[in-house]
Amino acid sequence: MADAGNSGWAEHSIHEHLSHIPHARALGVELLEYRDGHCVVRLPYADKLVGDPDTGVIHGGVITAVLDNASGMAVPREGLLPEQRAIATLDLRIDYMRPAEPHFDLIVTADCYQITRSVAFVRARATQGDNEQLIASSVATFMLGANRAAPPGFSNLGASK
Amino acid sequence: MKLLRELRAVGKGQDMEALLKCIPYARFLGIQVDRKGNELTMVLPFQEHLIGNVALPALHGGTIGAFLEFTAAIQLLFDTESERLPKTVDISIDYLRSGRPVTTYGRAIITKHGRRVANVRAEAWQEDRTRLIATAHGHFLLTPVGTDLEGDANG
Repeated sequence: MADAGNSGWAEHSIHEHLSHIPHARALGVELLEYRDGHCVVRLPYADKLVGDPDTGVIHGGVITAVLDNASGMAVPREGLLPEQRAIATLDLRIDYMRPAEPHFDLIVTADCYQITRSVAFVRARATQGDNEQLIASSVATFMLGANRAAPPGFSNLGASK
Repeated sequence: MKLLRELRAVGKGQDMEALLKCIPYARFLGIQVDRKGNELTMVLPFQEHLIGNVALPALHGGTIGAFLEFTAAIQLLFDTESERLPKTVDISIDYLRSGRPVTTYGRAIITKHGRRVANVRAEAWQEDRTRLIATAHGHFLLTPVGTDLEGDANG
């Protein structure tokens, strides 16, 4: 993935990317759909994710984790320099509409609706069932080129497009 | 919540450690509580499966978010007589530094305690209390009306 201009970050790369996130593996996150700037993941229901043992409802923190994960994957990688592809969540705001129904998969759809040289803006929603009952929605911002210890120099970030 | 009522009934209502043990997701993350008098510090010992970025390595943002949500909810339970786990209406997390593969600590304060909704702030740090890795603030529903948050959340 040394090529900066070409895609180099197709679906197989994001599959690979996901399989290298230990926490995503531990939660059981599966990739359903991917294109640059958009992704859909599924979180199968699991007993270990329960937050309320009396009802079997999964914990809100699980939804937080999956929304964060899917939102990060929706940050477009095409046209970015390899060093810009490392991203860090700046903030994440989540609204919980209703508790997730026990024993149903959670589907999270994330879309990057704006990207600047250094920041990506992503919206995501978590739904359940055929009628796509809305469980939670989120907005997040991500810093691009976050793997550098020092603040990224503009000469580097400006070189992308 | 039945569980909480039972814990309270046997005089363990303030035993947050026992409560956390009953919550599968808290066990999955490995969350513990350190209680000193009326002060609670939540503890998240490092585990491999909490990692989000193996290259750095760094804790998963969702791990930190979930931990802060727990920190806020447990503090609320500790401070109130509520018999139900508070329901999160919204939470906003600011990530300040990447979480290194070490133990993370969290504390929360209740900014405003209303009749039905509480506003809570929480912060997380690792080795240095003055270098926070993340902060959060959120609203929690204390006595949910009905089985879901519809109507209440936007009311």
